[in-house]
Amino acid sequence: MRTTHDHGGDVRLTRISKTYGGFTAVHPLDLTVPQGTFFALLGASGCGKTTTLRMIAGLEEPTQGTVHLGDQDVTHLPPYKRPVNTVFQSYALFPHLDIFENVAFGLRRRGIKNVRKQVEEMLDLVQLGEHARKKPHQLSGGQQQRVAVARALINHPKVLLLDEPLGALDLKLRRQMQLELKRIQTEVGITFIHVTHDQEEAMTMADTVAVMNAGRVEQLGSPTDLYENPKSTFVANFLGTSNLIEAEVDTRSGDEIVLKAGGCKLSLPRARCSAPVTAGGKVLAGIRPEKISLTHADDAGRVPEGRNRLTGTITASSFIGVSTQYMIDSPACPGLEVYVQNLDRDARLVPGAEVVLHWDPAHTFGLDAAQDIDAGVEGVEPDEGVAA
Amino acid sequence: MAFVNWLKRNLVVIAGLLTLGYLLLPNVVVMVFSFNKPKGRFNYQWQEFSTDAWKDPCGVADMCGSLALSLQIAVWAMIGATLLGTMIAFALVRYRFRARGVVNSLIFLPMAMPEVVMAASLLTLFLNMGAQLGFWTILIAHIMFCLSFVVVAVKARVMSMDPRLEQAAQDLYAGPFQTFLRVTLPIAAPGIAAGALLAFALSFDDFIITNFNSGSTVTFPMFVWGAAQRGTPVQINVIGTAMSVIAVLCVVIAMVISNRRTRQKA
Amino acid sequence: MAALTRAPAPPAPAGPEQRPPRRRGRLTPYWLLLPGLLWLVLFFVLPMVYQASTSVQTGSLEEGYKVTWHFVTYWEAVSEYWPQFVRSVLYAASATVLCLLLGYPLAYLLAFRAGRWRNLLLVLVIAPFFTSFLIRTLAWKTILADNGPLVGALDALHVLDVTSWLGWTSGDRVLATPLAVVCGLTYNFLPFMILPLYTSLDRIDPRLHEAAGDLYARPFTTFRKVTFPLSMPGVVSGTLLTFIPAAGDYVNADLLGSTDTRMIGNVIQTQFLRILDYPTAAALSFILMAAILVMVTVYIRRSGTEDLV
Repeated sequence: MRTTHDHGGDVRLTRISKTYGGFTAVHPLDLTVPQGTFFALLGASGCGKTTTLRMIAGLEEPTQGTVHLGDQDVTHLPPYKRPVNTVFQSYALFPHLDIFENVAFGLRRRGIKNVRKQVEEMLDLVQLGEHARKKPHQLSGGQQQRVAVARALINHPKVLLLDEPLGALDLKLRRQMQLELKRIQTEVGITFIHVTHDQEEAMTMADTVAVMNAGRVEQLGSPTDLYENPKSTFVANFLGTSNLIEAEVDTRSGDEIVLKAGGCKLSLPRARCSAPVTAGGKVLAGIRPEKISLTHADDAGRVPEGRNRLTGTITASSFIGVSTQYMIDSPACPGLEVYVQNLDRDARLVPGAEVVLHWDPAHTFGLDAAQDIDAGVEGVEPDEGVAA
Repeated sequence: MAFVNWLKRNLVVIAGLLTLGYLLLPNVVVMVFSFNKPKGRFNYQWQEFSTDAWKDPCGVADMCGSLALSLQIAVWAMIGATLLGTMIAFALVRYRFRARGVVNSLIFLPMAMPEVVMAASLLTLFLNMGAQLGFWTILIAHIMFCLSFVVVAVKARVMSMDPRLEQAAQDLYAGPFQTFLRVTLPIAAPGIAAGALLAFALSFDDFIITNFNSGSTVTFPMFVWGAAQRGTPVQINVIGTAMSVIAVLCVVIAMVISNRRTRQKA
Repeated sequence: MAALTRAPAPPAPAGPEQRPPRRRGRLTPYWLLLPGLLWLVLFFVLPMVYQASTSVQTGSLEEGYKVTWHFVTYWEAVSEYWPQFVRSVLYAASATVLCLLLGYPLAYLLAFRAGRWRNLLLVLVIAPFFTSFLIRTLAWKTILADNGPLVGALDALHVLDVTSWLGWTSGDRVLATPLAVVCGLTYNFLPFMILPLYTSLDRIDPRLHEAAGDLYARPFTTFRKVTFPLSMPGVVSGTLLTFIPAAGDYVNADLLGSTDTRMIGNVIQTQFLRILDYPTAAALSFILMAAILVMVTVYIRRSGTEDLV
């Protein structure tokens, strides 16, 4: 992140909300996006992320609350009077204008006469110089995407809004454009607010990610922070995969909480538990699949002391290449997932084998057991690909 | 056997081409008979080749006058129906309002009504009002029945338009008027043009409604109708042939130009 | 942030994000609608009202007409002109069926088999429109002329004997017979059948044919089970666009027919423009309108495509 902060360009949302008839798309929300950051709004379809973005763009009027750009209250300004530009989902390039005129559109509307040099420079920045006189439908998806970015950036907006900008591209092009967008953002230093349902995309590109669910921000932080230290089951499940084990609080001592699950004791650092802890109360103990090591039950004695341990039976395994993924039923919790890097493969680890799962207690996180344990699990939410 | 198989595979093509022949046969006859030199008053039987009619296309009393009148009415009807119809189409696609269903059926009904019914009822109205039948009553009637067709043509185009395009224009500093002028109108233009062309063609070629509401004013279809009773001059065929040749040429030229353009760009 | 509560899933997700933005001027749609609708109300709805009123008036041209709720006019109109009504429906229905039979192969050819000739063929389908339909209808007088080559050939092949026996033609003439009128109607409204058919066929993914073939359907079964059902919207709107104007037409019956082929349109036209019996004419026109609206409604309901507009 940048060290110098010019607060004149911060985006500030204050108690902003949006309701349609009886349906609340966005619950009252406070959010500050510091100038110059790459900020991502992440969530499944219908979570309110696009509505939030459109309220910043001025395409949607908030039911309540205000939008500030720096010190200016822009809540009631129409979109064409806001120093904000948008890269639309599926780009919304004007089909009747060529690439040059698409990029020049914003400049011309603001009464700027000599646009040629600026437009050509901009097209060079996105490497489309030789396509200036083509119509949008003659370009590939990736090229259209770059035109959409150029068309917005040429206006030097205070904030660039990106609404699922990579949704229409195939996987390989998507990876490439993620890096490209990141490069452009670093180069121009403009605040980017990026809406996406793809957690990997958000984590690769953004400095700060806000995870939204059902019209609220569930958690906000850096990608590592969100991944390593989720504060709700939704975040734990929506970003990557988590094993959530229902456990009972056994003892508390200083920085350590000891939990009981299926006859095993698990240690959890106090600082990594977001749930209220009372003796005998319930807590969800979380652990990421790649943090777990597997040892065959015959070698149980070789597991080092001081690690959290569970026993279980392998029910399924699949070879992925870089890793092997196992499904394991444990008395503490059925259906645990474990990813093991393919360094020295143990030939005994096949379905049916008895194993010991063990991990560094510092990787455990604790969540409030009063939540839906499956919130944010893929497949529960409707797929974004079709809608939004 | 090979021939039978070929026939089987291409049966639909042969049938289709036969239908096309059925559609085009009268045009061929009209063209051929524009070079006829008939003996009596009617131009239904081939006598001998002659280019007399082509040399003097306006040689029949009142015919070219009626043609000019038809063109004039068609242009005004096109302008009126396109303007009113485009406005309705935009309102229907872009806004939510009450009584949508009523508006939709009011648009649909004139298209689901035999022309003779509309023609007769309009005449009843004009007679009751004591209106003078002529240019204005024809124009009023033509705008009325062309309106719905324009609405349908424009609506289809505007509906298929991505609403994000207008939002993008607004996002890029175009106010409501600029957005309409620079984005909405150009993108809706093909639909509006199609509606306008349809209105022109419908009005120009209309007979039934005009027949009821023209009084003693004679449009080109009215002239042809009258000629069918009294005697058909060869010049009618000349005009009919010229119109279709000009129109087809225009279409072909437009197609060639657009083809070349896309080929250059690609 | 730490004390986030569980949020229950909203009842209707995904919807609101795509809604168009609320427009600022609420009266705008009404201003846009006003002139056009006013036109339709004044010159389409109001005339219907006048016509309804005229149909129950009595009087004469000299003394003027008065509303006397004289519904007998309707009864008299039906009892006197029912043959013309029946004939109109019969001719229009025959023309519609013929249009479907003739138009379908051409629409199919345009949609699936035309390749690079498609645009040219489309121009040729529309080309006849550019010549006044009255002139083209008159051309049929030449084509079907009594001593013309077509009638001569049909006569030589004894086709005319069969059609005469069926009552479609009389003697060795085609002109001035029902066959000529139906032939003219078919010709005039054929493009109105072909274009909707083509539009709906063109939307069909050709891979569906391959898929059907892959699943053991012979070409004709593919047509019956896949292509034809998918083209139903075109069939429905095509038949309506053909039947409605054909039922009210009087041009073909007048130019190509005789007094024995008069359709209801001819009656309305003469009553209105020559005999000047306005109440009878208005009543006839009203009955025609009602009959067509009823038939169309039933037809649309039964074919299950109500979203034609």
